[in-house]
Amino acid sequence: MLMTKLKSKKEILSLTSGSFFVINCHGCKEVGFPEEEAKALEKELMAAGRLAGVITTDYVCNPAELTLRLRSCLPIIAEADAVLVLSCGVGVQTVAEYLEDCKVFAACDTIELPGFQGVTPLEYDCGQCGECFLNLTGGICPITACSKSLVNGPCGGTKNGKCEVCPDMECGWERIIQRLKAQGRLDVLRCPTQMHDFNTDEATKAAKESE
Amino acid sequence: MRITELFDNGEFVVTAEVGPPKGIHIDGMVEEAKKYLSGVHFVNVTDNQSSVMRLGSLATCKVLKDAGLNPIFQLTCRDRNRIALQSDLLSAAMLGIDNILCLTGDHTKLGDHPQAKPVFDLDSVSLLHTACTLETGMDLGGNALVGEPPKFAKGAVVSPCSDSVDAQLVKMERKVKAGAEFFQTQAVFEPEKFIKFMEQAKQFGKPVQVGIIIPKSAGMCKFMNNNVAGVHIPDELIAELQADKEKTKAGITGVEIAARIIRECKPYCQGVHIMSLGWESKIPALLSQAGLK
Repeated sequence: MLMTKLKSKKEILSLTSGSFFVINCHGCKEVGFPEEEAKALEKELMAAGRLAGVITTDYVCNPAELTLRLRSCLPIIAEADAVLVLSCGVGVQTVAEYLEDCKVFAACDTIELPGFQGVTPLEYDCGQCGECFLNLTGGICPITACSKSLVNGPCGGTKNGKCEVCPDMECGWERIIQRLKAQGRLDVLRCPTQMHDFNTDEATKAAKESE
Repeated sequence: MRITELFDNGEFVVTAEVGPPKGIHIDGMVEEAKKYLSGVHFVNVTDNQSSVMRLGSLATCKVLKDAGLNPIFQLTCRDRNRIALQSDLLSAAMLGIDNILCLTGDHTKLGDHPQAKPVFDLDSVSLLHTACTLETGMDLGGNALVGEPPKFAKGAVVSPCSDSVDAQLVKMERKVKAGAEFFQTQAVFEPEKFIKFMEQAKQFGKPVQVGIIIPKSAGMCKFMNNNVAGVHIPDELIAELQADKEKTKAGITGVEIAARIIRECKPYCQGVHIMSLGWESKIPALLSQAGLK
């Protein structure tokens, strides 16, 4: 199982000042989808005039299926300022690759739970790390696409675009930088210093915040 | 003394690098350092370089400091989580070692313990941020330190001849924002690439020391070309090393090449960082030929 937990409203609304096209993924039954929170967010976006369109579908992680489902929405997506995906990290990465020229954002953090992990194909990997970095990396996951899971940019170990640890693997950060550059969004990388929060335990988190 | 004071005084700062031994006998290294490194301002002590397990960087820094040298404590994120990194930073400050170089570190798979778990809880950027946080009297957990907080000269690295200069500049900017006060570079064999890089890097306003390796042989150069990211040795230089094998073996050709690279890069940077890889004994000749002594 895994859970997709909606990021804070503040964080989502600050991703763009313009309008969102929202993609909800109700695919795997193994994924806990944040129904109520998603509805509330949609209402709020609509009220603010920032909802360009919504599609609720399944298995956005399947590229062939995604292409089919999104075909009729492409004109609306082109009008929207950004695409907001409510899915696990694999879904967001698949959408970001398909809509390569668009700003594609993750609305959720993906949290691992014990048991069957769904029917996700293996093109993209989601570490289910509980703190999704895809919004800072052009929709390419630095946790799974970088041998060191670096969250603040590439190390010096890129040789001919390949990772020095796994020479068959493309450097994830090189891909991130090339995609953001193509979108004219290199400024995304001027974000504050990131530190991965490995504490996914809600109880200790809440206790720390209330201190 | 902090290295930043020298940069502030406008000095062309010379640093060299020593690697602690794989064992507990350090007298030979200290004697060599005293003998050959008197002409350098600071000595970097590597931290399990290339993921090969050795004597600790911090302990070696302390021994060198007691021997009258100015050590720079290299600290990587490969082997320690954020608790251990902060603890080692405090230990360094307590021992009076206040020059640090913050690195992500090579992956464990490239070293002599490929079975080891790579940590990378933090990285070079967040480690710089961590040192700055400690300087404010707080730790990363938001807890106050007891007494006067530590103060460091915080260094970082950059790879000017990398195939992806864009990526390097992005990372360099993040390091500056996170608190880097000076930079040492990966080895440069192509001064024209370095000069071009510096045209862009100077916007950050931080001193940069050009990285220098004394090439020991054509074989070593070919090995680096195939295996070391961010290092490229042009064919002409390899041919120069092949021309007179005896001269190359004696280190004369390598020192000539290295001195020439330093002289070409010097007008564009604020210092030089020499990675002698066991050839500490060639450093005095290199400095004199490069006009630095």
